[in-house]
Amino acid sequence: MALTIASREVDGVTVLDLSGRITLGEGSVQLRDAIRDLISKGQKNILLNLGDVNYIDSSGLGELVSAYTTAKNQSAGLKLLKLTKKVHDLLQLTKLYTVFDIFDDEASAIASFK
Amino acid sequence: MSGPKTGRRRFALSSTMESVGEVEAAADKLAEEAGLDEDDRFHVTMAVREAAVNAVLHGNEYDPAKQIIVGLENTGEALVFTIADQGKGLAPETLPDPLAPENLMRGTGRGIFLIRSFMDEVHFRQLQPGTELTLIKHLAPAGDKI
Repeated sequence: MALTIASREVDGVTVLDLSGRITLGEGSVQLRDAIRDLISKGQKNILLNLGDVNYIDSSGLGELVSAYTTAKNQSAGLKLLKLTKKVHDLLQLTKLYTVFDIFDDEASAIASFK
Repeated sequence: MSGPKTGRRRFALSSTMESVGEVEAAADKLAEEAGLDEDDRFHVTMAVREAAVNAVLHGNEYDPAKQIIVGLENTGEALVFTIADQGKGLAPETLPDPLAPENLMRGTGRGIFLIRSFMDEVHFRQLQPGTELTLIKHLAPAGDKI
């Protein structure tokens, strides 16, 4: 299933609800464009809800890292919300779990930006 | 109880992302038919997909004149996948460690690591031209399966 991205604002935080796969050719570019669009508009607080993302490949992992770096370079924050077990395991395996701020609960994630 | 479905398939595909999808689907079907549990099936399918992406993207560089050659086999003792490209060749020993602190924030370089993490054996063979990866997942003896 291709990636779909829905955007919403919660207390000054842009939450991107992602659904589907983040893989080469099936979501990596969409995610990159969405992040760049937010950054170019000056959005500083970005929360990626991965609760409906059941598959990320190495390209998708790289895209998450690039998104994080892009945000950080623009003094913005990018955090992750609701990892599925598969995505959680992948982030642990690749040690990326130590890079991102990760939350299970949206309210806590939103509050962390303040 | 019937034994595992064994058999060998070998086919050539164009250097496109559609081919990657075909290889992924074929690997998933073989893993399912072999009775792998959900986690192992996910890992095997992902490893094969990563190998196919490497072949299409880094090996053949989407060159329409080049193909990837794919082999899938259930020997009864293992699932064996071969994915070959016709590119410049790959020296796996030169690949940086994606877990090293200096590489952790790189946007690329995790594919071979994932393949090695998810499969029991990974072998590289240099072709003239190209590279062939052999990915092996051992199957539990039938008596060990619940």
